[in-house]
Amino acid sequence: MTVRRTTLGGHTYEFPTLVELMARATPLRSGDVLAGCAAESAAERVAAQTVLADLPLATFLDEQVVGYDEDDVTRLVLDTHDAAAFAPVASLTVGEFRDRLLAWAAAGDEASISALAPGLTPEMVAATSKLMRNADLVAVGRRTRVVTGLRSTLGLPGTLASRLQPNHPTDDPVGVTASILDGLLHGSGDAVIGINPATDSPVRTVALLELLDAVISRYEIPTQSCVLAHVTTTLRALEQGAPVDLVFQSVAGTQEGNRGFGVTLDLLAEARAGALALGRGTVGDNVTYFETGQGSALSAGAHLGIGGRPVDQQTLEARAYGVARHFEPLLVNTVVGFIGPEYLYDGKQVLRAGLEDHFCGKLLGLPMGVDVCYTNHAEVDGDDTDSLMLLLGAAGCSFVIAVPGSDDVMLHYQSLSFSDVLTTRSVLGLRPAPEFEAWLARMDLLGDDGRVREVSADAPAAKALLAAARS
Amino acid sequence: MTAPDDAAEMAISAAGDDPWAVLRSATRARVALGRAGDALPTARELEFRAAHAAARDAVHSPLDVDRLRADLDGEVLVVASAAPDRATYLQRPDLGRQLAEGTTLPDTGADLAVVLADGLSPRAVHAHGPGLAAALIERLPGWSVAPLVVATQARVALGDAIGAALGVRAVVVLIGERPGLSSADSLGVYLTWDPRPGRVDSERNCVSNVRPPHGLSYAQAADTVATLLGAARELGASGVALKDEGPALPAG
Repeated sequence: MTVRRTTLGGHTYEFPTLVELMARATPLRSGDVLAGCAAESAAERVAAQTVLADLPLATFLDEQVVGYDEDDVTRLVLDTHDAAAFAPVASLTVGEFRDRLLAWAAAGDEASISALAPGLTPEMVAATSKLMRNADLVAVGRRTRVVTGLRSTLGLPGTLASRLQPNHPTDDPVGVTASILDGLLHGSGDAVIGINPATDSPVRTVALLELLDAVISRYEIPTQSCVLAHVTTTLRALEQGAPVDLVFQSVAGTQEGNRGFGVTLDLLAEARAGALALGRGTVGDNVTYFETGQGSALSAGAHLGIGGRPVDQQTLEARAYGVARHFEPLLVNTVVGFIGPEYLYDGKQVLRAGLEDHFCGKLLGLPMGVDVCYTNHAEVDGDDTDSLMLLLGAAGCSFVIAVPGSDDVMLHYQSLSFSDVLTTRSVLGLRPAPEFEAWLARMDLLGDDGRVREVSADAPAAKALLAAARS
Repeated sequence: MTAPDDAAEMAISAAGDDPWAVLRSATRARVALGRAGDALPTARELEFRAAHAAARDAVHSPLDVDRLRADLDGEVLVVASAAPDRATYLQRPDLGRQLAEGTTLPDTGADLAVVLADGLSPRAVHAHGPGLAAALIERLPGWSVAPLVVATQARVALGDAIGAALGVRAVVVLIGERPGLSSADSLGVYLTWDPRPGRVDSERNCVSNVRPPHGLSYAQAADTVATLLGAARELGASGVALKDEGPALPAG
């Protein structure tokens, strides 16, 4: 293995392995300190970034962060690498690649950026992100086009979709439905109406799937449903003939991490095939949905790479996208502030991680969304999530997650609210998915200016949704 | 479960003149808050901030050890974890599971140790710790109990180090749970048989949400923990082995 070094301010910094180089080049976050792989000083971090900038991009095809023989994520990524797609940037260093992306982005050359995805590996993309400022991540993210569809089309220019998350502590159908109606009346739900079940049982999952299917069918809403149960539970539901639009699973960036989630690549392929066979799409056939999040591998003790060295959490996160993209997802989102302050401590770290994850996911070809969220023991509040949501809107994020009043009463954390989605759309001139926007118009929920109308109790025209439910 | 076709109907069919009232009555979720343009009206925004502020204050207001000691009966031992301050505690759960360097505790040879740990809500320990500790000990007449231990900047697993040092057969940790927007003072109880550093979460049993009058009462929680302790003594183990009595949950 090559020891890489540079001299900065009269001090020579050495990085014995690629694992350490990547970790020390990562902007500060608590999870890397906890794992013991963070840079020990600000100068060491910049030294690592300086070395990383001169590293040929192709290095990542020959030198691994997590071993090929012991990890099926590494094997999946390298065995499916598309050399032809990589060719336009194959001779560049990481630093030159950053410059090239920014030049393409400034010129609005979406085609050149977006065509790279099959030729890029998670480590290449993670390394590049470590050299980027927040604005760089936004600038390139918004010029990376990833369009997916099932019954609505996501990722089109000038759109921002949302997952309507109607969670309830006991999965009570009336309570769930109240949250769904509230979200629909705010123009949320075009990405998916997706519920986290309070318990992961097949019976409960089927009941919720039927509830969501009934609401979507009754109102003829051009969107899809998802019950975010474990993939094995969804497989059982499929066997029972339940109306499964999307197969969901949390995934991680190492084989060990996925084992912790109780999944294998074969299991994901089997479930995807099952949902695909139902043919429930109208505008596309993307039938999977994945969630990820920086810190998930470390929290499962599944964060070690070559030589047993801790891999930084941002590189591991990008590797999770290497898993997700194999299954042609409709939706992927990072859950960026949920896991706690021991992984992302404050608003600055959460903001940075959200933009990194969006950039890396998009560049790898994923329809990237973000759950912009926080827990009460993190140094994060609504001002921080406002900043991230607006930056993500500017970055062309495919979708965000929204819950009633920012308060998820089942998972006990704060995400964006339905009104936050309205604010982001109006501030940045973004629109819902086109099929869903047409439905909002049919339901008389859009004003003349195209904004979602404010529904008052005594406005007969705007009560269309409620009236339809009674018929 | 209600038939799915009926659910939407039930949520709104009785809407009458105010559909929003019906939505609100159907769930604890913050539905039908109204709008100020695209944002929340001032009153709703301030309600949300008040709930978040209560949760934040519950995390960051330190445990008042002298006040807690005065509320407890009998001899009290006080220990701290290896996390020197709150910011470190929040970022380094590993330090919150170790005793501060140089901590000494007497080898008691008792059956049980009860630890009151600040966790993520010192406020919960002040509110419910003394009451629950008394209710629990009252239900364990055949058990010798070591002096109560108050622990600061503590995670659940600090109880393993404390229990091992005290030489007890079981440790019960009463710890402030991560505050939610509607519950800033909820106490959790974790039981570990044969405590020693290295025990994993699946080797514990947990009773959570002790928070009268909204959550479990002291009597309910103490009954459950006393039953679990009896079963653990029979079995010589705690955790998933006792799953019929209560689930093992991830530690805070």
